[in-house]
Amino acid sequence: MSAFVSVNGVSLQYGGAEGTLALQDTTFSVAQGEFVSVVGPSGCGKSTLMKVLSGLWPVSAGHAVVNGREVTKPLDFVGMAFQNPNLLPWRTVLDNLMLPFEIVEQHRNKLRRQRAAYEQKALDLLSLVGLAGSERRMPWQLSGGMQQRVQLCRAIIHDPLLLMLDEPFGALDMFTREELWLVLQDLWIERKPTVILVTHDLREAAFLSDRVVVMSSRPGRIIAECTVDVPRPRRTEQIYEPTISEIVLKLRAQIGAARHTSSGRPENRQIAGPASA
Amino acid sequence: MTNKARRGIGRRLLPWIVIAAIFAIWELVVRSFGIPQFVLPAPSAIFAAGWKFRVGILDNSLQTLMTTLIGFALAVAFGLIAGIMIGSSSLVYEAFYPALIGFNAIPKVAIVPLLVIWFGIGTVPAVLTAFLISFFPILVNVATGIATTEPELRDVLRALGASPAQIVRKVGLPRAMPYFFASLKIAMPVAFVGSILAETVAANKGIGSLMLVATARFDVALAFAALLVTGLMGMALYWIANLLERRVTGWSIRGASDAVVLHPQG
Repeated sequence: MSAFVSVNGVSLQYGGAEGTLALQDTTFSVAQGEFVSVVGPSGCGKSTLMKVLSGLWPVSAGHAVVNGREVTKPLDFVGMAFQNPNLLPWRTVLDNLMLPFEIVEQHRNKLRRQRAAYEQKALDLLSLVGLAGSERRMPWQLSGGMQQRVQLCRAIIHDPLLLMLDEPFGALDMFTREELWLVLQDLWIERKPTVILVTHDLREAAFLSDRVVVMSSRPGRIIAECTVDVPRPRRTEQIYEPTISEIVLKLRAQIGAARHTSSGRPENRQIAGPASA
Repeated sequence: MTNKARRGIGRRLLPWIVIAAIFAIWELVVRSFGIPQFVLPAPSAIFAAGWKFRVGILDNSLQTLMTTLIGFALAVAFGLIAGIMIGSSSLVYEAFYPALIGFNAIPKVAIVPLLVIWFGIGTVPAVLTAFLISFFPILVNVATGIATTEPELRDVLRALGASPAQIVRKVGLPRAMPYFFASLKIAMPVAFVGSILAETVAANKGIGSLMLVATARFDVALAFAALLVTGLMGMALYWIANLLERRVTGWSIRGASDAVVLHPQG
């Protein structure tokens, strides 16, 4: 499989030559349909990497290529979700889900004529994440976990090729979080988008991903990678089984080391996952 | 009648009871201390004067209402458009904001004589003063509402390929609406102040000019009657703005109305 996302020696510096260096010589790639998590100490530039890949911020050096095209402007085949649900409070759940269709060019023109079909799409998605019957509710009538489900639906409703998630479950309690991991896994298995998940929850990263990428502290660069070779669909109990918990421990050690050195070793180091060991 | 319903009616009556109490105390103070008419007239004298000069008061207040509303409408239009421009572009913001602040700091009473030189006395200076004095709060609020759009929400839309205009239309404007209506409630009475101010300097019609005539004749009761009518007009317009606000931005006053809450099955 050729790389769907390829980041080659990307650096990003804010505010001119004297500004903060957020990313330095970052190189990694993601295959089509792969689920990759990016973990690292806080402030290491994980979110910056997302901004670069979605075309929101231009790179200072290097190349970011997605779907065979150099990223220079926002790409309309990307879906994004953040820690904050970011729903529009004046719209119902259903109307919030219609937002991407109102914007993405290929849907915008068809929306008026095929409104019912598009709404059906939203309703199907809602029932897939366990929110059937909530389409007429306002966002403030939903719990944090439910709002986050709606945000996931909104990020994926226009069938993006690339789904980028920036700590989407960071503000949720443990049980809700585990529930939503399964929801995300279901969505991913059904739609198979390429997923880049930024998180600092190592169990989340290990449980959900095909591969976990570890970044050093600022300026961020990739210092290690780890493959999670566990078949899907995974069950939440598996987090506590040796395969995944050993990966979590290894990642934890990696990040612990990364927090003390400002920038890890120059060459990428492969952590052997238990399956490949 | 349930207790709750009774309390509801009590609450509705409360403002009227307060207003009636103010007038009652006022009347009592004026009578018991024997305050002369030309210093502070009693409410009864004010109402009597109001009735006696009802034709003149009505005529003049309609003039003031008209100049206020035209000035206010201009302020809403200009405030919205300029607010959108300033709120959605940091370049426009940086370029124009200092000048606007400087302009806003100028006392409008100082501008009225200039307006008279340019437009003569009458309706035009009153309309323009109402406009000049009331557009600023609208502009600032609309700009704030748009400029404070959550960066992440902006990113979500930009990542979908939304243009800046689309972001303003889909997110900026709807979220600026509560700010906009809050500013209308400030701008509306201020527009009255502008109109009346201009009329006291440069008009021969309107509440301002009526008050000038009344005080020149020491008819303080008439002046108060004119003030009372202005207050009533202000209240009526505020009420209209409130009604509109509830219709347009009901989502932002959540919980206030239980009627919106829908319970899905399960």
